[in-house]
Amino acid sequence: MAENRHVLDCNAAAFALGVRPRMARAAAAALVPGLRFCERDAEAERAALEGVAGWAGCYTPNVALVARAAGPSGVLLEVSGSLKLFGGLPAITTGLVRGAHEMGFTAGIASAPTAQGAWLLARAGASSPCLALADLPRRLQPLPVEVLDCDARTLATLESVGVRTLGEVLALPRAGLARRFGAALTDELDRALGTRPDPRTFFSPPELFYAGLELPAEVREAGALVFAVQRLITQLGGFLAARDGGIQRFRIELFHKEARTDVEIGLVRPGRDAGHFALLAREKLSSLALREPVRRIALAADEVLAIAHESLDLLDDALKRPGDWHGLIERLRARLGDRAVSGLATYAEHRPEAAWRAAEPGARSPALEFGTRPLWLLQKPKRLQEVGSAPHCEGPLALLAGPERIESGWWDGHDAARDYFVARAPTESLLWVYRERGVERGHWYLHGIFG
Amino acid sequence: MHSLPAFSALSDILRHGLVWRAGEASRAELPGVPSGFAALDAELPGGGWPTGALTELLPEHAGIGEVRALGPALARLSNEGRWLAWIAPPYLPYAPALEAAGIDLARVMVVRTRSPQDALWAIEQALQSSACGAVLGWPEKASFAQLRRLQIAAEGSPALAFLFRSPLAARESSPAALRLHLQSLKGELAVRILKRRGGPLARPILLTPAPVVEPLRHPVPVTDHAMDRALPAAPAPRILPARLVHG
Repeated sequence: MAENRHVLDCNAAAFALGVRPRMARAAAAALVPGLRFCERDAEAERAALEGVAGWAGCYTPNVALVARAAGPSGVLLEVSGSLKLFGGLPAITTGLVRGAHEMGFTAGIASAPTAQGAWLLARAGASSPCLALADLPRRLQPLPVEVLDCDARTLATLESVGVRTLGEVLALPRAGLARRFGAALTDELDRALGTRPDPRTFFSPPELFYAGLELPAEVREAGALVFAVQRLITQLGGFLAARDGGIQRFRIELFHKEARTDVEIGLVRPGRDAGHFALLAREKLSSLALREPVRRIALAADEVLAIAHESLDLLDDALKRPGDWHGLIERLRARLGDRAVSGLATYAEHRPEAAWRAAEPGARSPALEFGTRPLWLLQKPKRLQEVGSAPHCEGPLALLAGPERIESGWWDGHDAARDYFVARAPTESLLWVYRERGVERGHWYLHGIFG
Repeated sequence: MHSLPAFSALSDILRHGLVWRAGEASRAELPGVPSGFAALDAELPGGGWPTGALTELLPEHAGIGEVRALGPALARLSNEGRWLAWIAPPYLPYAPALEAAGIDLARVMVVRTRSPQDALWAIEQALQSSACGAVLGWPEKASFAQLRRLQIAAEGSPALAFLFRSPLAARESSPAALRLHLQSLKGELAVRILKRRGGPLARPILLTPAPVVEPLRHPVPVTDHAMDRALPAAPAPRILPARLVHG
């Protein structure tokens, strides 16, 4: 990883061959022929950091970004008010590490009574928390001066006079330190030790959720995107928890070389369960055929809604609770399509084919009275064979009841004039048949089956 | 005199499912959902449609009352607020008829699928959900291994699991705990129990599922003349109440 003419960071293989951070790019290239440089993408870094900050809001509303023009950046969390809720500092730390991992990041986490102290410990890779303010000087003293936020020139000067640790900096005469390096250095040390207040501007997450991810390689199978989508969904879950909100729709955007494929996923009611979102995304992606390879993905939620918190009713009869039917419908729709799952409703209409509607499951219908109606309706009436003028369906039909005359629909051009009968086929099936009226020699049709 | 009560106490314990006997593949009987037909309930283990088991219905033809036979149980479950999932049905389940059968339409979901695999998957999903009171599936085809999967899903499910299959399937073996062959016999529905816990039943059980149309004493003459004249006194179809026996 390089920025301008310097190496910013390198992988373990390059390190083993002698490449070091802050080395000149030309020197590294000379050292390792064929070394591949990646340009630092500050914009992507900032977006990733804001994504993490938005997610971390599920642990505390007080999240601040440490965004620096050069060098590493980080996220600060003020968790003193959250310790009890989440079961202590270790539980929060574990949650942060796991969450960062699920989002595809490796987190270096440290905790201390001051924000700057925690930041310096984190940069030095300290893992055990510093719990008391009195312990801070002892913990900070052995840290190398490179962890400080001060500029490269200050660092170079400190090194040139043989000062390598924070302890050695603190041992220098304070007045001289301020005169030689300016107030920035003493100010930073004071904030780290808690002798000077350290107000921070808290991060306010955006109203809507949008996060993207560059794929390391082109992906041709939609199923292979599940892992990457999972990272973004974890981030979305934290974002929603921080906002105390839920969503009813989200969108996975798949970026191809030029075009874009949008995968919309809907929920029956607003929710925020990241595990459930991931399940839906997996179903949806597994049934998706990609026309082009995918280079980049994004996850978008355009509307954050308040969600109803379910209260536990002690008197509720377990059998009468409808269970998680929303979840079932969402799973089915994710794989089979939104229109594959519907409810049923009656509709005040004389024409049998119009007396029902596909409704959203759970919708109430008006209470209506109809005549004898078959359990199965044919999508389209089927013309019956006729022998003479008698209807046949695997043999002659015996008409058991009828006629029920239905004349309707002249106003919308789909007028029907029919006489309906209940008929019995030689197979003993009970059928609902009708004969057209108003035309000469009206034909017979099968419209329903008494299943 | 004293040994007999001891024995019946043991059999009581076994029947209530507190003890699991090695080698006994089936779980202890859960109480069934009354079918609404006393003659049928008397022969079904558990006294009704079994929960925690797959039930196969093999009707000889469509339109003999193969779904209406489930009407009373479906009405009861839906009115308890439990969902009825109709998966890959062969025709449109007709809302006015379902409502007339006493089913709460607000607890009906119809799932359309494009492939037999999707249908089997959807049936399994519905069985795994605690929301469903009954899952009705019409899989186009299903292998023994796929049926086994559904039977396992049904065992862990609170829902009644009905699978409608071709009567030809009766020749093949199936892991379903209950298999019924359905045939129309002089206007009644003859149910033959091909398989149940405790062995098959040779004689058919006769049911009359609602609604039944009382046969016209004078069949309608099918002539153009008869059809074209006005029908001032068209006899309204008379519907007999279902012959339900409340036990």
